[in-house]
Amino acid sequence: MIAKTFPRGGSEIPHRKEATEHKPIVTLAPPQFVVIPLRQHIGAPCKPLVAVGDYVKMGQKIGDTDQFVSAPVHASVSGTVTAIEERVLLNGSKCLAVVIENDGKDERHVYPTKPVDKMSAESIRQAVREAGIVGMGGAGFPTHIKLNPPKPVDTVIINGAECEPYLTCDHRLMVEQAEALVEGTKAIMKAVGAERGILGIEANKPDAIEAVRDMIGDAPSLSVTVLQVRYPQGAEKQLIKAAVNREVPSGKLPAEVGCVVSNVHTAISIYEALTKGIASYERVVTVSGGAVVDPRNVRVRIGTPLQALLDFCGGTLGEPAVIVGGGPMTGPPVASLEAPVVKNLSGILALTAEEVGFDENRPCIRCARCVNVCPMGLTPNMLGALSHHGRFSQAASIGLMDCIECGLCSFACPSKRALVTWIKEGKAGWQAERAAAQAAK
Amino acid sequence: MENLRLIVTPSPHVRDKDTTPNIMFAVLISLIPVAAASLYFFGFNALRLILLGGAAAVATEAIFQKVRGRQITISDGSALVTGVLLALSVPPTLPSWMIIVGSVVAIAIGKQVFGGLGHNIFNPALVGRAFLVASFAQPMTTWTGPFDTVTRATPLVVGAARSSLPDLFFGSVPGSLGETSVLAILLGGIYLFYKGIIDYRITLGVLGSAAVMSFLTGANPVFELFSGSLLFAAVFMATDMVTSPYTPKGRWIFGIGVGFLIMLIRTWGSLPEGVTYAILIMNAVTPLINRWTRPRIYGQGVHKS
Repeated sequence: MIAKTFPRGGSEIPHRKEATEHKPIVTLAPPQFVVIPLRQHIGAPCKPLVAVGDYVKMGQKIGDTDQFVSAPVHASVSGTVTAIEERVLLNGSKCLAVVIENDGKDERHVYPTKPVDKMSAESIRQAVREAGIVGMGGAGFPTHIKLNPPKPVDTVIINGAECEPYLTCDHRLMVEQAEALVEGTKAIMKAVGAERGILGIEANKPDAIEAVRDMIGDAPSLSVTVLQVRYPQGAEKQLIKAAVNREVPSGKLPAEVGCVVSNVHTAISIYEALTKGIASYERVVTVSGGAVVDPRNVRVRIGTPLQALLDFCGGTLGEPAVIVGGGPMTGPPVASLEAPVVKNLSGILALTAEEVGFDENRPCIRCARCVNVCPMGLTPNMLGALSHHGRFSQAASIGLMDCIECGLCSFACPSKRALVTWIKEGKAGWQAERAAAQAAK
Repeated sequence: MENLRLIVTPSPHVRDKDTTPNIMFAVLISLIPVAAASLYFFGFNALRLILLGGAAAVATEAIFQKVRGRQITISDGSALVTGVLLALSVPPTLPSWMIIVGSVVAIAIGKQVFGGLGHNIFNPALVGRAFLVASFAQPMTTWTGPFDTVTRATPLVVGAARSSLPDLFFGSVPGSLGETSVLAILLGGIYLFYKGIIDYRITLGVLGSAAVMSFLTGANPVFELFSGSLLFAAVFMATDMVTSPYTPKGRWIFGIGVGFLIMLIRTWGSLPEGVTYAILIMNAVTPLINRWTRPRIYGQGVHKS
C-alpha cells in the first residue's frame, strides 16, 4: 500500500526520533508543589474556585469560567492550596495560577461515568468539558467546542502523524494505549455524529500502525491510513487532504468539508474522562534533544516544573543552544524552567548548537525553496518581506492569513531568513490594522 | 543547572544545513568541467581569463562595500561565481584589461548599485558581458580555434554544414572559453540539478523552445542547441536564482521566453548570437512573471457546501 500525503509543498526533514521512539512511557512522581495555571488553552482564563488553605483532591476542578471558549483546570495532586498568584509560564509571560502543596496521598476526585454507548452527544461534550480537555497536540483549543461542529460531519480523523522531529509521545501512546485511542475515537465519532473514523499515522511508526490496526480488528467504521513521512503531514488541512482528499476552503474550519480532526493524546484523554472519570491532570511529554542526558517519554502531572522534568531525564549536558516547548518546527522557546507543564505541552527539547544549525542571516537570493516547500501554495519570500516592512494589507492580498505557520519556509531558507517569524508578526500587524480601522468607523 | 542561560529565539529551532555560501560553492564546483575543458582547449589563455575575471569581481565587490561602509561579504562566494561565469563566456584571446573591466562592470553596475546580492534585476555576469560586447565588439567576437591562435569563425557563423557533431559535443570548436564543450556543460548541469540548485523547468524551457523555434525556421535543432553559448546559458546563466522567477510556472515561462528570444535574434537579428540579450530581456520581465504566476493557494477557489 502506498502511503498517502498532501499534493503540494512539504519536505522530508530530519525526524531525529531514534532517542525515544522505542522507549516505553515512564511515570514521574509528582513534585512537592504543583503550579496549575488558570489558562492552559486558547480562550478566556478561568477564575479560581478554591482559596488559599483549601484542601483539594486530585482531579478536583479548581478553576472555571462561564465564558464560551475556555476549559476548566483541575488539581493534579491532592493537598493544600498554598497560593493563588501570578506565575511564569514557559514562554516567559505570567498567568494567575493555583499552587498546591502535595500531601503525597493522591486522593482522587472521581467524576461519575456512564457507558459511552448510553451517552448522548451532548452529555459526551459536557463530560469532556468538565474534564477540562483541550487539544493536546499543541494548539490547546477546548475540545468540547470542537466536538460541536457548526456543520454536519461524516468523518473523524485522528492525527497520529506526529510529523514534528523528536516528538514521540503520540507514537508511544498509540503503541501502549491503542485500546483507549480506538475507544476515544468512537466517542468522538458519536459526539459529532460521524459514521467513519480514520486514524492517520506516518509510515515511520510501523509498530503504532500495527497496534492500532490490531485493536480496530474488523470494525467497519474505523480504518488506519498510512501517511507518507513528510512535514507538515500532521497539519490539519494537509492531513485532511491526504486522508480524505478534501480541501478546506480558505479561512474555514474542517467541518466545512465534513471533518473533525483530533490529536491522539486528546482522544485518549477523552476515553479516560468518559470511562474512568479522570480529568485532564496529567499527560505524556517527550523529553529529548542532543543536550538531554537520558531522553524519555514521561507521564507527568500538570503543574510539574519543567526543571523537575529535565532533571528526571538526567538533566542537560553542557549548555543547550535552546530549550523548546513542543516540537522544534513550531514550538516556542522555553524562557523559564520554573514554568509548569501544561495540558498542550507535547515535548521539552534541549537542543545543541549543532542540532539547531545556526548560521548568519543573509539576503534573499530568490532560490524559491520557501515557495517550493510551502504546503499552502504561498510565496513566503514575499509574505515575509512585505510583513517585515509593515506592508500588511499587501501581504494579506497574497495570502498572508492562509499561512499555517508550519515553519518550513524558515527551515528551508539557505540564507536563514526568519520568514515564518515575520509572517506571524505580519498576521498580528494586519489584524491590529483592521481592528483599528474597525474602531475608527 | 540553576544558572542555565536560556536563549529565546523564535521557531523553527532546526534549520536545513544548506546555506547560501554552500550554494555558491556548489556552483563553482559545477563549473570545474567547463573550466577544465577550456584549459584543455585554450591553454594559458583560459587560466589567465578565469583568474583575472574571478579576482577582479571579488576585488570590486570588496572595494564597493568598503567605500559604502557596508559589511564585506565576499566570503559568500557570489562575486567569485559572477567573475568566473563572465570569464567563461568570453573569447580566449580577450585582452587581460578587458576582462577586468568586464568584471568591474558586472559587479559594480550589475550588482552593487542595486544593493548587492539578491537585489539585482539583471544577471551580473551578463551585464558585464553585454558591456564588453557593446564596447569592444571586435575582440568580443573574435575566436581562435582550439589548440592554436589562428582566428576562426565559430560554428554558429560557419553554419551547420561545416561543423561535425562530435567536435561540437566534446568542444573542439572555436568559441568562448566555457561554451564549446557540450559534454562539460552537461556534467556541470547534472551536478547542479542533483544538488537542487538549478530548476529543470528553466533549462528545459530554454532548450525546448529553442529546438521548436529552430525546427519551425528550418534550422537544425541539434546544431542550434549545441553551438554558440546557448547550452552554457541554459544551464549556468538563465538559471541564476536571483534574476529568474521564483514560481514553478514562472520558471517555465522564463525559460521558454529565453529560448524563443535567442532564436529570434539568431534568425532575424543582426547579431550572430542572441543569448545575452535574450536572458537580460527576460530578467527585466521576471518581477511581472512572478506576479502573474503565483501558485494557487490551498483552500482558495474551492467551493464546497
